[in-house]
Amino acid sequence: MVSLDTTSLAIRSQAGTAGALLGRSTAVVGQTARRYGLLAGFLLAWQIGSTYGWINPTVFPPLDRILAATWSGVAGGALIDDVAISLQRSGLAFAAAVGLGVPLGLFMGQIRSVEQALDPILQFFRQTSALALYPVFILLLGLGEASKVFVIFWATLFPILLATIGGVKEVDRKLIEMAATFGASRSTIFRKVVLPASVPSIFVGLRLSATTALLLLIAAEMIGANKGLGFQVMNAQYNFQIPQMFAAILLLALLGLSANAALVALQRRLCRWDDAAR
Amino acid sequence: MTVQSAVRRGEVTVRDLSKSFTLNGRRLDVLRGIQLDVDGGEALAIVGPSGCGKTTLLRVLAGIEPPDDGSVLIDGRPVQGIGTERAIIFQEPRLLPWLTVLGNVSFGLQVRGTPKAEAESRARHYIRLVGLGDFESAYPRQLSGGMAQRVGIARALTVQPEILLLDEPLGALDAMTKLTMQEELARIWREENVTLILVTHDLEEAIVLADRVLVLPKEKGAASRVIDIDLPRPRDRSEARFVAMRRRLMAEFGLH
Ligand SMILES: Nc1ncnc2c1ncn2[C@@H]1O[C@H](COP(=O)(O)OP(=O)(O)OP(=O)(O)O)[C@@H](O)[C@H]1O
Ligand SMILES: [Mg+2]
Repeated sequence: MVSLDTTSLAIRSQAGTAGALLGRSTAVVGQTARRYGLLAGFLLAWQIGSTYGWINPTVFPPLDRILAATWSGVAGGALIDDVAISLQRSGLAFAAAVGLGVPLGLFMGQIRSVEQALDPILQFFRQTSALALYPVFILLLGLGEASKVFVIFWATLFPILLATIGGVKEVDRKLIEMAATFGASRSTIFRKVVLPASVPSIFVGLRLSATTALLLLIAAEMIGANKGLGFQVMNAQYNFQIPQMFAAILLLALLGLSANAALVALQRRLCRWDDAAR
Repeated sequence: MTVQSAVRRGEVTVRDLSKSFTLNGRRLDVLRGIQLDVDGGEALAIVGPSGCGKTTLLRVLAGIEPPDDGSVLIDGRPVQGIGTERAIIFQEPRLLPWLTVLGNVSFGLQVRGTPKAEAESRARHYIRLVGLGDFESAYPRQLSGGMAQRVGIARALTVQPEILLLDEPLGALDAMTKLTMQEELARIWREENVTLILVTHDLEEAIVLADRVLVLPKEKGAASRVIDIDLPRPRDRSEARFVAMRRRLMAEFGLH
């Protein structure tokens, strides 16, 4: 009786483990399907629809031709130069925006009078589309690299600056007071309280800016450029090389995805304590 | 007594202290003519109706708020703002969410320039003292309210102040945790030889912890009364003298 009970229990628990394992793997599959199912279905529909001519294959060539065009562009080196120059333009502008925006934002957020004096002009500049100002920048800096980098820099600066100012201003006054009661100096409070507390907001700005950087990159490269992924999109379209056009679009999308992924990874590392970052 | 006992540090003297705020363009007298003498190593509880200025008094003692008038002396020297011989524990734990328990508890020493290793080894001692030895590397969001408040207490103890100022530190806790924490505070006070000034709404808490209770009146300028709690320690809440003392304190508030 007793032994029977234990065996049946053992069997049941074994079955339970196997069931749990099975359950877990189905859960993983289910999760993946929920997350990427729609994307996979979309790509599949494109491929099949284009191959069988249900959608116009001259405008939407089959994916295998787009991938082949991408591969030959990358492997053959034709598109590598464009990727490099696009990366250089947006990277340079983004780095300059971070280099100026974060320190300036930290400073402005700390000092109320400075922030109050500069806020109206900042809001004004922010609401003025960088694209609308691009002709002005071209007049000032010529049609070369400088005006392209500058227009991207201009557009990426404001999200970073405003997010950083916001982060500093929203630091809990009670935490600052707490640090002060332990005898912390102003600069210690800045380093040990204000700065770490602002990091999550700064990242919000960085991610917004990275997206903006790519947007402006493409726009700038479509106007008066002879290199770069944005130029390749336009150029391929003019010459009716539709797979090549989509190849450039695909590379731009990958660029955006990897920039965002890099920032998310960095944020996870730096903000392990922050619930919102996980 | 012919032999002068060794001078105990952490003596607090308050003379003619006044403090007012401007609220909606009107002057609001919060403290007027406060006199107070606290011996080194004594435990004093401050009670009084809501809004009578208990927090304000504590903030002036901590040096966060300057007094309008009068003076605060620590061991005979007038205080000028915040000082390292005092530590204040606020009603909320005020932990830094990006630091672990160890990081938070050693924070006070680290901002004073104590080398990290030394600050952490001292912090570990106080983390164990408040019973959080297993939670050294936990982040504040992983702690319960009572645990977070204990981290705050450990952080204040780690800088080894002569005077510990507490503003309703257990006010937000549930009844059970509160009881345990009151006993822990009583034990810590005995072990650490520190002057304790505790603001509380809880008369029982005052009797468990304090040598004397200061009753701040609502009417400004009225004399504040001081009641001696001459009960043996550790204090037993069910004992007749304890119950009688509580009745007497309640009478001070016109509660029976
Ligand atoms: N920074 C401030 N500015 C203006 N008025 C203040 C300020 N701080 C406190 N007060 C006023 O001082 C009075 C006393 O406040 P305080 O916080 O000291 O009371 P309390 O005795 O601690 O009350 P409670 O028991 O409710 O905590 C209140 O009327 C409050 O409005
Ligand atoms: Mg209060």
